[in-house]
Formats: sequence, C-alpha cells, structure tokens
Amino acid sequence: MNAEKPKHGLLWTIFFSMLSLAWVFPIFLVIINSFKNKAYISDNAFSFPTGDAMVGFDNYVRGVETTNFFASFGWTLLITVGSVVLILLCTSMCAWWIVRVNNWAAKLLYTLFLFNMIVPFQMLMFTLSWLADRLGFNTPWGLCIVYLGFGAGLAVFIFTGVVKGIPESLEESAMIDGASVPRIFFQVVVPIMKPSIISVAILEAMWVWNDYLLPYLTLDLNKYKTISVAIQYLKGGYGSVDMGAMMACLVMAIIPIIIFYVICQKYIVKGVMAGAVKG
Amino acid sequence: MISMAGKAIRRWWALFVLPTFIAFIIGFVVPFIYGVYLSFCNFTTVTDAEWVGFSNYGKALQDKTFLHALLFSTLLTIVTTIIINVVAFAIAYMLTKSIRGSNLFRSVFFMPNLIGGIILGYIWMLLLNGVLAHWERSLTYDQKYGFWGLVILVCWQQIGYMMIIYIAGMQSLPTDVLEAASVDGASGTQTMFRIIIPLMMPSITVCSFLTITNGFKLYDQNLALTNGAPSRMSEGLALNITNTFYGRVGYEGVGQAKAVLFFILVAIVSLLQNKLTTSKEVNA
Repeated sequence: MNAEKPKHGLLWTIFFSMLSLAWVFPIFLVIINSFKNKAYISDNAFSFPTGDAMVGFDNYVRGVETTNFFASFGWTLLITVGSVVLILLCTSMCAWWIVRVNNWAAKLLYTLFLFNMIVPFQMLMFTLSWLADRLGFNTPWGLCIVYLGFGAGLAVFIFTGVVKGIPESLEESAMIDGASVPRIFFQVVVPIMKPSIISVAILEAMWVWNDYLLPYLTLDLNKYKTISVAIQYLKGGYGSVDMGAMMACLVMAIIPIIIFYVICQKYIVKGVMAGAVKG
Repeated sequence: MISMAGKAIRRWWALFVLPTFIAFIIGFVVPFIYGVYLSFCNFTTVTDAEWVGFSNYGKALQDKTFLHALLFSTLLTIVTTIIINVVAFAIAYMLTKSIRGSNLFRSVFFMPNLIGGIILGYIWMLLLNGVLAHWERSLTYDQKYGFWGLVILVCWQQIGYMMIIYIAGMQSLPTDVLEAASVDGASGTQTMFRIIIPLMMPSITVCSFLTITNGFKLYDQNLALTNGAPSRMSEGLALNITNTFYGRVGYEGVGQAKAVLFFILVAIVSLLQNKLTTSKEVNA
C-alpha cells in the first residue's frame, strides 16, 4: 500500500507541517525561557526575552554551577556506555548459548528472562537498592552490573529470536574446520547478529540514559549524579525552584540527545521496530 | 535431541552464561524473591524484618491514597491507550502515503521519545503552567489539571513511538489483498475496517501492550509534573508506592505489599490484553 497519492496532497503537507510545529513548540518554549530572568519565567512563559527579561547565558552559568552539570553529563555517559556494552556482550553470548544448547537449564533461564520483562521496577526497588549498596555497587561501575541484571530480559529475548533464525550449519562447518567455540561466536555469529546488536544498543541506551529512579536509589549521590537526578535535585525539597537554571539545564540535557538523534536516526527507528516484538 | 554444535557449546557455559546469570541473580532474582518475602514483614531496613503475615496487604487495601492512585492510573491508562493508538494509527496511515515531507514529519513526531521522563515533566510543567496562568490557575490547583496534563504529556511522548511501529506494520501489508479489495469495489471505510485493521492486529497488539504497561508504570513524568499535588490526588500507582516506601517510616512493609499487588495487576492486565488482541489476529 505504498506510494499511493492521497487526495489533497498539498493540504495534508500543510496540515502535518502545522502539527510538526506544534510538536516542537514545547522545546522551543524551553529554549526561549532559558534566556529569561527567572522572575519572568513563571509569570509570562510565552513572551520573548526582551529588555529586562533577557539575561543572556546567566541561567546557563548558574545551572552548570549549581548542578555540576558537566560532571553529571560525564557520569551519565559513562554509565550508559558501560551498561550498554556490558549488556550487548553478555546477553548476546547468553542468548546464543540458550538457543544452541536448548536443554532444561537453558529453557528455565529463558523463562526467567521472559518473566523479568513484566516485573515493574517498584517491585524490586527497595531490595535491589539495599543489595546493591551491600555489595558496594553504589558506583557507576557497579550500576552497570545492576543494569545488566535488571535489563537482561528484553535483550536476551530479542537476541534469542535472532539466533533462532541463523542456520546452525554455518557454525558446524566452522567447527569442522577446527574453530573454537568462542571464535565461532565472535567471528561467525556476531557479524550476522550485527544489525540487531545495533538495535538493542539503541533501545538499551535510550533506557539507561533517561532512567531516573534506579540511579537515584542506587548511586552514592554525594559523589555521582546522572543528568536526570541532577535536574530533579534542582527542584529540591520545599524551597522555591530556580526556574532559570532549570530551563538552562533542560536545554543542555536535550541538545545532545537531538544531535545524537539526527546522526543515528536510521538506527534508532530500526531499534524501535526490533523492540516491538510480541511478548 | 542435541546437535553437534550444541554439545560443544554447552561446555562453555561459564563464559557464555555465567556473567549474565550472576548479574541477573543480583539485579533481579534475589531482590524479587526477597521483595515478596518482605511484603509479609514489618521492617525499616532489610535486616530487621519481622513476619506479620497478610497485615501489610490489609493496610495497603485500606489505604485511601492507594485506592485513589489505582483509580488514577487506571483512568490514565485507558485514556492514553485509546488516544495514543488512534492518533498514532491515523498519522501512520497518512504518512505511509506519498505526502511531501513525510520523512521529516515522522522524525519530528518521534523525537520526544528520546527525552527522559524527568525532563519531559519539567518541559510540560512550564508550558501548561504558562497556559493555566491566564486563568490564574496552576497544574497543582486541582487533580483534573494534573490528570489531563499528564495525558497530554504521555501522548506527546508516545504517539511517535507507536507511529513507527504502525508504519512498519502498514508497509508490510500484502499489496495483492488491497488491490483485490479495490478491484472488487470496496469503499475506503470497508477497506479500513474489514481489511487493514484486521491485518494490522499484530501491530495493534504490540502497541496496546506497550501503552498499557507504560501507563501503569508511569513514574518519572508523574514525579516531575505534579509530584502528586494537590495532597496526593494526582498520584499514580508507581509514585504512590515509592512515596509509601520512602515517605513514611514504618510503612516500608505496606509499600512492599503494594508493590506486589502492583506487579500482579500489571501481569494480569498485560496477559489479558495480549490474549484479547491476539485472538483477533488473522492471516492474509
């Protein structure tokens, strides 16, 4: 059903253009307000920053100082990259083993991973944060292991689906040629799995980068904060919020994501489709 | 029946399975089992747990804020699931036709998904409070503002995601069936309801599953947008449970019991939904 020309094609283009403008408007609004004096933000969110209201990059300076934004950015990046690499490596190996061995242990493990996918985080948050703390996993490195454990379900599920579609004869002929098992995995299986590895990387990266509650409960917050945690900290307890610094931090949090999106859009869309497998 | 490759691979379990397995035990199995156990205990930290049977569950079910949060989450899930799926389906349907600029529109609609829940919450707090300021109101003035604010936010975030899944489904629809329908003189409405929607049921199953579970699990957006204000009236289930754990000393057991109930609810709803929509799937 593709490439069929609808009636009133031009009108639809105009309609979707308006809708797209409406779609990006909230982000545009945040950018405008990030240049305004904080007193003007709550009272008059829709005005442009002119005259007294315009403060240039003051909000950014204050935002960076109060949240230690660049450190949070670095920790978030480290945690995301570390977790994603760990998840990809470990779960792809695990999924291959599960499919090829396929004995009772493999089946049990697979069922457990499926079960993992429907358990909401609130179910484990108290015990998980306690356990992570006891094991000394309250650092960014420890958090990567926690992400591997808690997020294994979806990755294993997608990878087992992929491995099932790879003909075993390829691996057997490599085996007859005398290749070792790890070598078969890394040189025969991984190249075939590459597209889905990229998809899972995107899905997991979106999750870990944006996650709030797990790092908030697990990390030693005196030393490490992720971007989401740092922004939530700006809100603080009961005091008034510095809306100027808040807007600046929101912009600084959004811009890298949009740059990443523009560069990797093709993979991101594929990743979403790979995640849309039936549970 | 185990293949030759399988036999050789099995011996390598320590390398291939053990790392994931250990992390899974730490990150899921132990916390889950211990969580279920603790829901039957009184405790303030994990180590001073004392068995109390079902009393936590009794307290949880008598807690008015919990029942209100259950209602809030259920309504939110129903409303957002319907809006997101209808709108995403409609947009996907139009954007698979050759409209000028349709790739750009797809990119724009998808974009909010990449932004984290906390950040989304504050973006919409700014916008919605800005709008409500004209009537000298704010999001926390009444629970209905918080509710509809959250509906708008969640729709804005998820429509693009579901649109992508629907577009993928529509692009793989069999052209011969659609051509046969138009040769036989089926009207647009007939083609939509008799052919396209039945053939799209697998995508609809996935999207409604995702929107329903997302609706119940919603936490970050809820926290950032209203944090339950006014007086816990705009609190969803996930936020209510977290606040019970960390907001009231001595109520950790009740929080854990609520969490178990929450898990059971999410599991039942997603299984039922999956059965229901899967049963409507057809083969072309």
